[in-house]
Amino acid sequence: MADTAVHHAEHGHHTSTGLSNNKLGMWLFLGSECLLFGGLISTYMIYRGRVGEGPRPGNVFDIPFTSVSSFVLLMSSLTMVLAVAAAQKRDDRGTTLWLTVTGLLGATFVGGQMYEFTAMYNEGLGYTTSLFGSAFYTLTGFHGVHVTVGIIMLFSLVAIIKRSNVPGDKAEVVELVGLYWHFVDIVWIIIFTLVYLIPA
Amino acid sequence: MAIIEQPAPVGAPALPAAPTPTRTYGALRRPVATTGWKSWVFTVDHKKLGIMYGVVAMFFFIVGGIEALLIRLQLAAPNGKVLSADVYNQMFTMHATTMVFLFVMPMAAAFANYFIPLQIGARDVAFPRINAFGFWTLVGGGIIVNLSWFLGGAADGGWFMYAPNSGPVFSPSHGVDFWALGLQITGIASLTGAINLIVTVLNMRAPGMSLMKMPVFTWLQLVVQFLLLFAIPVITVALFLLSFQRNFGATFFDVSAGADPLLWQHLFWIFGHPEVYVLILPSFGIISEVLPVFSKKPLFGYPFVVFSGAAIGFVGWGVWAHHMFASGLGPVSVAVFSIATMAIAIPTGVKIVNWTMTLWGGKLRFTAAMHFAVGLIVLFTIGGLSGVTHSVAPSDTQQTDTYYIVAHFHYVLFGGAIFGLFAGFYYWWPKMFGKQLNERLGKANFWFMVIGMNLTFGPMHMIGLQGQPRRMYVWTEARAGEGFFNIAFWNMVASIGAFILAFGVLLFLINVFKTTRSKEVAPLDPWDARTLEWMTTSPPKEHNFDAIPTVHHLDEFFHRKYEQDPNTHEMKQVATAEDILREQEANADKHIHMPSPSYWPIVLAGGLPVIALGIIYSIPVAIVGAAIVVLALFGWSLEPSTAPDSDFDPPASGDGTKELAPLG
Repeated sequence: MADTAVHHAEHGHHTSTGLSNNKLGMWLFLGSECLLFGGLISTYMIYRGRVGEGPRPGNVFDIPFTSVSSFVLLMSSLTMVLAVAAAQKRDDRGTTLWLTVTGLLGATFVGGQMYEFTAMYNEGLGYTTSLFGSAFYTLTGFHGVHVTVGIIMLFSLVAIIKRSNVPGDKAEVVELVGLYWHFVDIVWIIIFTLVYLIPA
Repeated sequence: MAIIEQPAPVGAPALPAAPTPTRTYGALRRPVATTGWKSWVFTVDHKKLGIMYGVVAMFFFIVGGIEALLIRLQLAAPNGKVLSADVYNQMFTMHATTMVFLFVMPMAAAFANYFIPLQIGARDVAFPRINAFGFWTLVGGGIIVNLSWFLGGAADGGWFMYAPNSGPVFSPSHGVDFWALGLQITGIASLTGAINLIVTVLNMRAPGMSLMKMPVFTWLQLVVQFLLLFAIPVITVALFLLSFQRNFGATFFDVSAGADPLLWQHLFWIFGHPEVYVLILPSFGIISEVLPVFSKKPLFGYPFVVFSGAAIGFVGWGVWAHHMFASGLGPVSVAVFSIATMAIAIPTGVKIVNWTMTLWGGKLRFTAAMHFAVGLIVLFTIGGLSGVTHSVAPSDTQQTDTYYIVAHFHYVLFGGAIFGLFAGFYYWWPKMFGKQLNERLGKANFWFMVIGMNLTFGPMHMIGLQGQPRRMYVWTEARAGEGFFNIAFWNMVASIGAFILAFGVLLFLINVFKTTRSKEVAPLDPWDARTLEWMTTSPPKEHNFDAIPTVHHLDEFFHRKYEQDPNTHEMKQVATAEDILREQEANADKHIHMPSPSYWPIVLAGGLPVIALGIIYSIPVAIVGAAIVVLALFGWSLEPSTAPDSDFDPPASGDGTKELAPLG
C-alpha cells in the first residue's frame, strides 16, 4: 500500500470505470464542444440566406480549393493515428515525426483558410457586410482557432518529447491530443458539408 | 496514526538532509506553505476550495440581497424616488445575475466540492488544479461582472438580456460588455468544474460503491454537472455572438439589419432552462440527505429519487420554449413545449412524495436543518404549482412579464434552492468546522426567513394577476385598484417582508460569527448521520480518510453503526462513530501523497479578466492577458500534479509512522 487512490488515478490505474481520468475528462470536454459547434452551426444555418447587399454564399465559395484543403485536414487525422500508434510502441522518433507531419498538415489547412478569407474579403464579403458574412466568419473562425490550438499542442508536444519531460504517461498524452485533433476534423466534415456543399 | 507526507518547505529548519522542491518543470518552485494565506491561495485541496467557494458566494449573496432591498424600497410606495429608471434597470439585472451566477451556483459548487469526494470515499477530486482554477476563474468573472458598477454603469437589459435591449442603442454603457465577458468567464469555471466533478464521481468511488450505493446528494450533483457540461457551451455561443455584435460590429441580433431576435431567446433558454435545474437539484440533494437523518429512516424510494433526478436532467432539455410562449412561436411548438413542461412536473412530484414518505412514521427531530428541509418541501411545492400554471400557454400569455412570474420563480429559487442551501449549512457546519451552529438562533433564522419570504413573494401572485408588470421602475396610485386587491397595500407588504427576510439572513451571519468565536467543539457524529462524509474527523484531515473505506451498503456509515437484531428486527447500535474512526486509524494507509499546491491555477485564471478588460478598452491589454494565459498553460502542463517522490520527506524508518504535516 505504497500509494493513494489519488495518486493511482493520476496514472490511470484503479479507477472505478477503468478509463483514466484524463481520457474521461477529454471525452466530456469534447461532448461539451459538440454543443458549442451546434450553436454556431445553427446560427449559420439560420443566417446563411440573409446576404443583404453583399455577395451570396455561392458567389464567394471556391469549392475545389476548399475540397483540397479539407482533404489535407482529413489526411492529418491519418498521420495523427500513426503518431498515436508510434507512441504506444514507445517509438519516440516515430511519434515526433508523425506529430510534426500532422502539425504541418494542420498549418496548411489554416493557411488555406487564411487565403480563402482574404479572397472572400476582396470579393466584398467583410465580417460586417451581412448576417451571412458575420455568421460564416464566426463559425469557420471558431473552427480555425480550434485547429490552431491543436497545432500549438502538437508542436509543444514534439518539443516536450524531445526534451523527454512529459509529465505522466507519454502515450496517453499523445492519445489525448489525438482525440482533440480527430474531433476538430470531424467538425470540419460537418461544416464543409453544411456550409459549402449544400447550396443555400 | 496515519502519515501524510508533504513536500518539505524551502529552507526548512534543518531536518537531516531535507529535500527541496524540484524545479525541473516550469519556471516556479512549488508553493509549499501549509499555514497562512499562501496555504489558501495556492491550495488544490477540495475542502479549502469548497470553503472559499462558500465565502465568495456568501459575499455575493449579501451584494445581491442589498440590490433586492433597494428594489423593494423603490417599489414600496407609488412613484418611488429611491432609484432612477436607469439605475433601477441595472439593479434588477444585477440582482438576478448575482443571485443566479454568483450566489446559488457557487454555493452549490461549494457543497459539491467539499462533500462529493467525502461522500464517495475519495481523497480529492480527479483534477485538483483544475478545481483551484475553477474557483479563481469564478472570482475573476464575478469581479468583471460587478466592476461595471464603478466604470460607467452596470448591465441593464434584464438577466436574460433580450435583444434589442442588449444592443448598443438601448444599452450604450459598457455594462452589457462587462456582463457578457464576466459570464463568459464564470462559464469557464462551471465547465471545468463540471468535467472535474463528473470524472471524480465516475472514477474515484471507494471500492464497493456502485452507482446505486452513492449518496443522493452526489447523485443529483452528478446530474447537475451533466446539465452544466452541455448547457454552458450554448450560452457561451450566445455571449460570443453578443460580444461580437457589441465590440466588432456584427449584427446577429439587430432586427433592423435583418436578424432574427428569437435566435438569442432560443440560445439563451436552451441554456437557461437546464440552468434552473442546475440551481435547484443541489438543494434537492441536500435535503435528501437531511430528511433521512432527522427522520431516522432511510430515504423512501432511493432509486425513484435518483431516477427522477436523472429524468429531470433529460426532460429539462425539452422545455426551454415555455419561456417564449408570448413570442409567437406558432401553435405546434407551443403545444409541444406546453405538454413537455407539464410532464416535467411528474419527476419533481415523485421527489416530493418520496420526501414526505421519508418523514412518515419517522422519529422526527426538528433541528434547524430539518426546519429548512421541510420548509423547502412546502415552499417549493407552492412554487412548483404556480409553475404548472405557466405551462398552460393561454394562461401563461396573461402572466408573462407580470409579478406573478416573479412570485413563481422566487418560491422555487428562494423557497427551494436557497432553503436547501441553508439546510446544508446547518447540517454540515459541524463537519466542515468542527463546531455546531447555534440551534436556537438557527430556528429563529428559519422563522424570520420563512415569514419574510412569504410576505415578500406571496403578495406578488396577487399584484401580478392584477397586472403589475415586472421590471417597471414605478407604479402609480391611479392604477392601484381597490379593496383586497389594492396593489399599494400588497407592495408595501412585500417590501416589509423583504426586510424581515433580510433580518433572517442577518441572524445567520450572527450565528456564524458567534459559532466561530465559541470554543465549544461539536461531537464527532452530532446528528447520527448515515453517509461516508461523517466517517472521518471534523473537520476532515487533509487526506480525508486514514484508510479508504470499502462500501457494502447504501448509507454505509449507518450500517457500520447499526445492525438488525435477528429476533426483534429492530436496528440496534453496535458501534459509535468514535469506534469506527479508531478502527480506521489503526489500519491507516501509509505514505499518502496528496496532490501538491500550485501557482498555475491562479495565474491562469488571472489572465482571463485581463483579456476581458482588454476587449472592452484596448486590444493590447487583451494581448497581455492572452500571453499570461499561454505562459500559465505551459507552466501548468509541464508540472506534474503530484510532486515526484523525491520531493517528499522520506518516511521514517521502522513502521513508517512519522507525522510530517499538520492534520485537519
